[in-house]
Amino acid sequence: MNMLKPERIGLDDFADQPVLVCGKTFVAHKSGALYWPAEKALIVSDLHLEKGSSYAVRGQMLPPYDTRETLHKLAILIDRYDPETVICLGDSLHDPAGAARMDAADVESLRMLQENRDWIWITGNHDPSIDRMLAGHVIPEIVVGGIALRHEPHAGACTHEIAGHFHPAARLVFHGTSLRRPCFVGNRLRLVMPAFGAFTGGLNILDVAFEPLFDADGLDVWMLGHEGLYPVAPRLLRED
Amino acid sequence: MPKPKLNVPRKSAKNQETAEQPSAKDGVRRPRSAALMASTAEKKTRRTRAPRVSEPLPAAIAAWFAKRGWKPRPHQLALLDAARERRSTLLIAPTGAGKTLAGFLPSLISIHNGERKKIGAGLFTLYISPLKALAADVERNLTHPIEEMGLKVRTETRTGDTSLARRQRQRVKPPQIMLTTPEQVALLLSHPDAPYLFADLDTIILDELHALAASKRGDLLALDLARLRKIAPNVMTIGLSATVARPSELRGYLVAQTEPEAETRLSDIVTVKGGAKPVIEILEAENEIPWTGHTARYAMREVYEAIGAHKLSLVFVNTRMQAEFAFQELWRINDDNLPIGLHHGSLEAAQRKKVEAAMAEGRLRAVVATSTLDLGIDWGDVDLVIHLGAPKGASRLLQRIGRANHRLDEPSQAILVPGNRFEVLECRAAQQAAEAGDQDATLSRVGALDVLAQHVLGMACQAPFNPDALFDEVRSALPYAGLTRSQFDRTVDFVSTGGYALKSYERFAKLRPADDGKLRVANPRIVQQYRLNVGTIVDAPHLKVRLVSGRGGKKNIARIGGRVLGEIEEHFAEQLTPGDTFVFAGQVLRFEGIRDTEVFVSRATAEDPMVPSYDGGKFPLSTHLAKRVRDMLSDPSVWSGLPNPVANWLELQTERSVIPAPDEVLIETFPRGNRHFLVAYPFEGRLAHQTLGMLLTRRLDRIGAKPVGFVANDYALAVWAHDDISSLISHGRLSLEELFDEDMLGDDLDAWLAESALMKRTFRLSAVIAGLIERRHPGKVKSGRQVTISTDLIYDVLRRHDPGHLLLEAAWADAATGLLDIKRLGAFLARIKHRIRHQTLDHVSPLAVPVLLEIGVELVYGQDRDAILRDAADELIREATGDLRT
Repeated sequence: MNMLKPERIGLDDFADQPVLVCGKTFVAHKSGALYWPAEKALIVSDLHLEKGSSYAVRGQMLPPYDTRETLHKLAILIDRYDPETVICLGDSLHDPAGAARMDAADVESLRMLQENRDWIWITGNHDPSIDRMLAGHVIPEIVVGGIALRHEPHAGACTHEIAGHFHPAARLVFHGTSLRRPCFVGNRLRLVMPAFGAFTGGLNILDVAFEPLFDADGLDVWMLGHEGLYPVAPRLLRED
Repeated sequence: MPKPKLNVPRKSAKNQETAEQPSAKDGVRRPRSAALMASTAEKKTRRTRAPRVSEPLPAAIAAWFAKRGWKPRPHQLALLDAARERRSTLLIAPTGAGKTLAGFLPSLISIHNGERKKIGAGLFTLYISPLKALAADVERNLTHPIEEMGLKVRTETRTGDTSLARRQRQRVKPPQIMLTTPEQVALLLSHPDAPYLFADLDTIILDELHALAASKRGDLLALDLARLRKIAPNVMTIGLSATVARPSELRGYLVAQTEPEAETRLSDIVTVKGGAKPVIEILEAENEIPWTGHTARYAMREVYEAIGAHKLSLVFVNTRMQAEFAFQELWRINDDNLPIGLHHGSLEAAQRKKVEAAMAEGRLRAVVATSTLDLGIDWGDVDLVIHLGAPKGASRLLQRIGRANHRLDEPSQAILVPGNRFEVLECRAAQQAAEAGDQDATLSRVGALDVLAQHVLGMACQAPFNPDALFDEVRSALPYAGLTRSQFDRTVDFVSTGGYALKSYERFAKLRPADDGKLRVANPRIVQQYRLNVGTIVDAPHLKVRLVSGRGGKKNIARIGGRVLGEIEEHFAEQLTPGDTFVFAGQVLRFEGIRDTEVFVSRATAEDPMVPSYDGGKFPLSTHLAKRVRDMLSDPSVWSGLPNPVANWLELQTERSVIPAPDEVLIETFPRGNRHFLVAYPFEGRLAHQTLGMLLTRRLDRIGAKPVGFVANDYALAVWAHDDISSLISHGRLSLEELFDEDMLGDDLDAWLAESALMKRTFRLSAVIAGLIERRHPGKVKSGRQVTISTDLIYDVLRRHDPGHLLLEAAWADAATGLLDIKRLGAFLARIKHRIRHQTLDHVSPLAVPVLLEIGVELVYGQDRDAILRDAADELIREATGDLRT
């Protein structure tokens, strides 16, 4: 499998964007991943591996290719940034039994991604434990350079935090069209990352679930497109 | 899949034709039940073979006829004869010919005579209609005569609206005649007791078969018929249909195809020749006919006057948007306060029923309607049909005109109101087609694989099945006669494990083999899933429109729950911002917000409302009419018969550019503003043009012509680019022959489909019908977005990892004839090979004006979605730098 040697990504003005959290500089990528140059760390959230097979167990035969697709996306990023550490912010597996259902070829791909770098699985509500066959360190949260990396954001005016869990998405109404896309949402003190998995949906950031996290003012939103990710003024956003 | 040939009928198939001449004596209006029945005078008949001596009718029925001074009509007797020999028959007759009674008469006689001994639950006759309202209507009109004849026959309806208790009882103790819909038949067949329920089945009556057969619903019904024939081998089918271009397709649909590779077996046919020819006029208004648009606003005064001069007019339009618009316009000039109603599919059912009742009681003078009033039901004494905008198809026009004057012997009156200049030609073509009695031919139908998947699961729910036996049974249904064993096996595999190339779901299989080789469902939950998802009608997600009083935004919404006006498409609602006004349900509304599955609106008084652009019911121009329009266009000798502005317009085109021959396609290139245009006139309908436009844009982009966008209407499409297309052609850098080569349907199409929203929509429908994705049920939608998986994601992943998957094949087959109309586009490209007539012009041509005027009105395609995001980002950047300066 040549997934570690993907085609080159065309560099575009919008392919990635600088993002600040408590003075630290990160690079948000259009795929929904976050790179931390100072720490040489790649952060992704909510992979939901084996979501397809999780539905199949219950009789809804969704395609079994989501794990493959997600790992492929991840491989492209690892090639691009060559990180020393990869941190998965929780809900990496759709359910705790997911690892056992993974195709051998997919497990092998994951192993190749993990070679020569640290791999950290942060636990989430979907994956309170991670099967040891998937290697890596398993912890509920981690603090790097003063920034807490955890699955579910703490309620209230918390700072110094990067989290996932909510699958943020934004709906833009502009030029007479409506566009709904996953997004990063932050206020320079904390950041919520979009879900990275191939079969993951999104929750509108204007939903009440986000109310405890951010004040209405000073919100930064980056919507993911096909060729880039784009900062968008919150006043252009609408509820679903 | 290969399709068996439809041949001329075998010798054994009997052709009976009865021709009826209108009789002046018969012009007195009769009550509805009587109109269904018979006529006083035995009409002059013509038969292709000597008439048989019919057996006498049972005394009770004969007496009923005699009491009214009627005799059974020839086609009613012909159907009785066929029924005595147990021959399935297609009855083709115009409305008002007593079709329905003809269908039921054999059953009434058999039940009355008590000819057959009961071996099952006693269900004798199954009447299947595409509309549940039609089933109810027929019951009303059937019970009356049954009572009057004093027959002891129990009839009941069964639809989605029937109470659960009643439906349960009907499975154990069914009526003798059950009136129902295809979906209910599928549900009944999925129950273990189906063999008992249908054991006595004698006759299946399929009403409005022409409207049902060539669709996914028709596929499902065909499969169900195959199963019914297996349970009750002696069952006989009677198809009732309006006139169609190719009756043999419907005749093949009615009987089992025992040797699918051989020629198609056909049922008998009885044809009643149409009554009086309709009188169709094309309205010429005082105001000049516009260049573009379909609203016919310019002629509203004349339309209003025509309504005033008749008792009850049906005003047909093609889209719900046009219906709302015409309704507003008519009321704006309704000085006499004529009672004018509105009827379309987005309105709340209760509101529609109110309008229907008012029509039936003669309390209305006009109803503005979409295709919801096309079929079957008689709602009153309609004496005029007005068609706003061109009817787009000859068959649709005849069907709609048939709504007027539900009697054979008086000509129906109709007025066509073209919306623009091209539509004048189209209306003229439709008028000629109706005059000649021509119908649009439908493409012969190949059964959809997603429907087959649903059926296979339904059969497994009924009882464990033997795949060999089910394969044979399925192929006895005409749409599936060409099904290959490998397609069937892949479908079964799909039902069981998803049918993926990566065989990882075997352990979770929904169908498990038993010792005898039969496949059974793995657990009862699968049966429940099936029952919730049965059927082939998948609506676009809709939101309820609820009226709240006054402004106040979301806060107000939470408190006040008002009246529901109807439903609109979700994607339309998504375009709205609070404060926007639009017309719906005949009133101007102000958009307040969306909560859960409801759109909240308040009454508004805006003078110039933004009109809803919801898609409901946009038909593309039919191939048949398109050809007539092309012929008319290329023949200047007929132009003098056209209204002056139109004739002048075409004359001007000959001066400024050229009029193409009927077998040519005209392509004009010219500069306009700072853009360069390419306008083509294929006349292949909006859908095929949109697909063509997408593909041309891709190709022009590759050549480096820098295309910007395109628009399409039913007749033409216009692409515009930064580069000078005329000079590219004259310098030999662009060849039109190559640009329009059929090979665009290969890689280019494939690459575009990867991103096409239309293809994704088509895929979603297939995924729901095949049972991969569960239907959205009302009330269960909330929070759906985070939880449910979007079919777009599934589509993307499947294309990349399993491009040969069954569902992609099914979606592709749909796209070829449906939203993308690729088949028609392919036929067009083949037709115009070496027949491209290119004109280089200095400026826009007269013929190009209508399509160019649609820029800014119609959706412009080819717009990159990332470009929208980029613009939004620029906006933010501008805002930020602006902040710095202040």
